[in-house]
Amino acid sequence: MSEIKMDLISADKINAMSSMEKLRFVLDGVREGNIVILEGGLTPEEQMQLIELTMTEIGEEFPGIEISGYPAKRGLFNLRKKTRLTVIGPANVMRTIKKDKDLISTIVSAV
Amino acid sequence: MTGRTRRKGIFARLFRALLFRRATAKIGIYGPPNAGKTTLANQIIHTFADENEDIGTSTEIPHETRRAVRRAGILIDLKKRTLQNLGHNSDENPTTSSGPAPFTPAEAKSKLRLDIVDTPGLATKIDFHDFMAFGLEETEAKKRAKEATEGVIEAIKWLEDIDGVLLLMDATENPYTQTNIVIIGNLEARGIPVIIAANKIDLAEAAPQRIADAFPQHTVVPISALKGDNMDALYREMTRRFR
Repeated sequence: MSEIKMDLISADKINAMSSMEKLRFVLDGVREGNIVILEGGLTPEEQMQLIELTMTEIGEEFPGIEISGYPAKRGLFNLRKKTRLTVIGPANVMRTIKKDKDLISTIVSAV
Repeated sequence: MTGRTRRKGIFARLFRALLFRRATAKIGIYGPPNAGKTTLANQIIHTFADENEDIGTSTEIPHETRRAVRRAGILIDLKKRTLQNLGHNSDENPTTSSGPAPFTPAEAKSKLRLDIVDTPGLATKIDFHDFMAFGLEETEAKKRAKEATEGVIEAIKWLEDIDGVLLLMDATENPYTQTNIVIIGNLEARGIPVIIAANKIDLAEAAPQRIADAFPQHTVVPISALKGDNMDALYREMTRRFR
């Protein structure tokens, strides 16, 4: 039986990293075939940077990423948006089958 | 991008918008692959610039557009559009269901000069096997995949230089994709005005209301870029939002 590793990363750990460190940490994990779940999630800007970084690494062995997250919520005084959980996995392993603002349903299968 | 940089960007845009009204707006057409971006760009060009000119070709194979293409100097003139519609009205077999010109006299005076940037579809994954399923040879599929990855990066880079965005979504698909959420989140953070066009309403399974429900904070205009349906509503919104 093949196994798939899942890394569940706390908000404290991810917040201690710079944006580039976060992206490298996530993409390295995903390229190893892991599912990475971030408590607190990535901002839309960080997700766009992650897409950009992913595009530079796509090849025959790595088709890209599947990413899902709850949309950000308005925070204090409705000014700052608060990001929530984000799930990222290899596109050939993880597939989102249903998603709305409070539910993410995915299928994870070994290659 | 830090919060301070983002705020600075928004204020700089606001400042420029107030003091230096743009003569020409650069409008990017964004969206996932196969949403109909090139078809919409062609429709706008045919209506207001040259009916024989195409900015690009559309096929059923995803990532047909792999380089951003800019068409400069398009004048959206609602008065001209009104005259066109009156012409269509006398046609026994009108090609669109948009009907007579719905513009008020004040709206009919509206004009917008713009450059259109047709961008490659944004995606998080590009697998050459998907292209082979459409009959492409392996070498050609790999080449297309490589070019498509470069196209996604190009589309993202263009966001730095865009004054407004027409975000196309396929009204027959679930709009709640991460790609759509990421694009909208980035446009909001940068303070770039956006109109969402719910495309492909000519198809029976289209549900544009689903898009409006998913993104209630934004204007959603249902259209068929292919058939030209409801384009007047989109042009009216463009002249209002992108000036």
